[in-house]
Amino acid sequence: MNKVLPSFEEAIAGIPDGASIALNNWGLAGGPQNLILALRERGVKDLTVMTQNFMYTPFPEEVVVMPFMLLPQMRKLVAGFFAAASRYADTTNLPSEFIEKEKELEKEVIGHGNFTAVLRAAAGGMGPFYSPVGIGTTVEEGREKRNFDGKEYILFSPLQPDFAFVRADKADRYGNLTYNGTCRCLNPVLAMAAKTTIVEVDELVEPGEFSPEEIVTPAAFVDRIVVNEVGGRGSYEYTMKKLHELLSIPEVRGAIIGAAKKFVDDGEDN
Amino acid sequence: MKEKLSEEIMALRAAKEFQDGNIINLGAGIPNLCAMFIPEGRNIMFESENGALGYGGIIMVDEFEKVEIQHIDAGGRYFLPKEGMSFFDMGTSLDLMRGGRLDITCLGAYQVSAKGDLANWAIPGDISVGIGGGMDLVYGSKRVIVIMEHVTKNGEFKILNECTYPVTGKKCVSVLVTDIAVIEPTKEGLVLKEYAPGWTAEEIQKLTEPKLLLADDLKEIEL
Repeated sequence: MNKVLPSFEEAIAGIPDGASIALNNWGLAGGPQNLILALRERGVKDLTVMTQNFMYTPFPEEVVVMPFMLLPQMRKLVAGFFAAASRYADTTNLPSEFIEKEKELEKEVIGHGNFTAVLRAAAGGMGPFYSPVGIGTTVEEGREKRNFDGKEYILFSPLQPDFAFVRADKADRYGNLTYNGTCRCLNPVLAMAAKTTIVEVDELVEPGEFSPEEIVTPAAFVDRIVVNEVGGRGSYEYTMKKLHELLSIPEVRGAIIGAAKKFVDDGEDN
Repeated sequence: MKEKLSEEIMALRAAKEFQDGNIINLGAGIPNLCAMFIPEGRNIMFESENGALGYGGIIMVDEFEKVEIQHIDAGGRYFLPKEGMSFFDMGTSLDLMRGGRLDITCLGAYQVSAKGDLANWAIPGDISVGIGGGMDLVYGSKRVIVIMEHVTKNGEFKILNECTYPVTGKKCVSVLVTDIAVIEPTKEGLVLKEYAPGWTAEEIQKLTEPKLLLADDLKEIEL
């Protein structure tokens, strides 16, 4: 059994126009950067992108590639959090097509918990379920509500992506995966939820090298694997190096590490 | 113009609510500063929504060499590893939050209502939908501490009879720490518990839309 493919192009083969693709986005690392680049290169259209955080990034593409870059190829967004680039319009040289597109894009934004839960329901082959989160908010608009034992709940349906782009740390050729720190994040959930799971890793290990105890995502959930070039774009080593290059610039440093401070002025709290 | 409490002092006051052994989630902004003011002798585990529990201190600007990309918190800051720290996927993290394992959530706000409703994820006119984990946090946490300026930069009320911004949760605020007061939402209404040095209840009332009830033990904020 060998799920390893030699190139990112081959790893994303067969993804049609109109496909739904789920991917992790939290911080600089933990996202499938080279799979995103390959998908952009292929120019697939009318995509539904499913990610917990969909937002513009001020980092140049040479530092990090994020789902936001797929915007011109998208028809719909399903997310837990969406921060519009137009909010940052004065600080960006973003092409106007991005700003226009994010306005007209169909959006379904339901908060992190409900977003994670609909993916997990799909992963486990479950049907619709009731969530207590979002009652009394805009999240309940247009959704069925029901009272159980005096408490209100909102009905949600499982969300199964056609494809998941998963970023793991290491894989063996069977598809067993481990992750690195907070880069784990939504990745294991995505791997379990999608019809086809495509994994980008930094390192391929021999079967048996992993302790069975340390494997986070078992092979059954993985269909295709592609390995980053050592130290190449999108690898931890590369992204860490780029981050530290930016951190070495005193004017930029505060905006990166002191991000929390900066957000206070915008009233941003999530 | 009377002096208002600084962000650090607000964080210091809020952190006095932290009890030994608590599991706590800190939102971005002022709440994040609470980590610097944990009362002595209290052992706290911080939880980050992207999947970390029990991590160490947040890396400050002058220690930037220590930053590791795989140690990022929910607010986009980098933390140091610590003994007893764990990593887990976001499904587990949201179960932890929604399932009631958090003792305290500390977060900022645009508005708080007389009933303790919280609005902190959207500004009218912005197409952003910044819900994130806010609704899960305020639903699942045993206590919700809100830290915010008492009024907007333009002097408008942020503490209102009803929130005019979209709400994050209804009747969810346990205690509100502002730059001039500590207020507790109760069934009877908002109770003024503490005031900043030099401020009177009348002056605080003028900057608050709903009628404030005065606590029997109303006192100056102890720092």
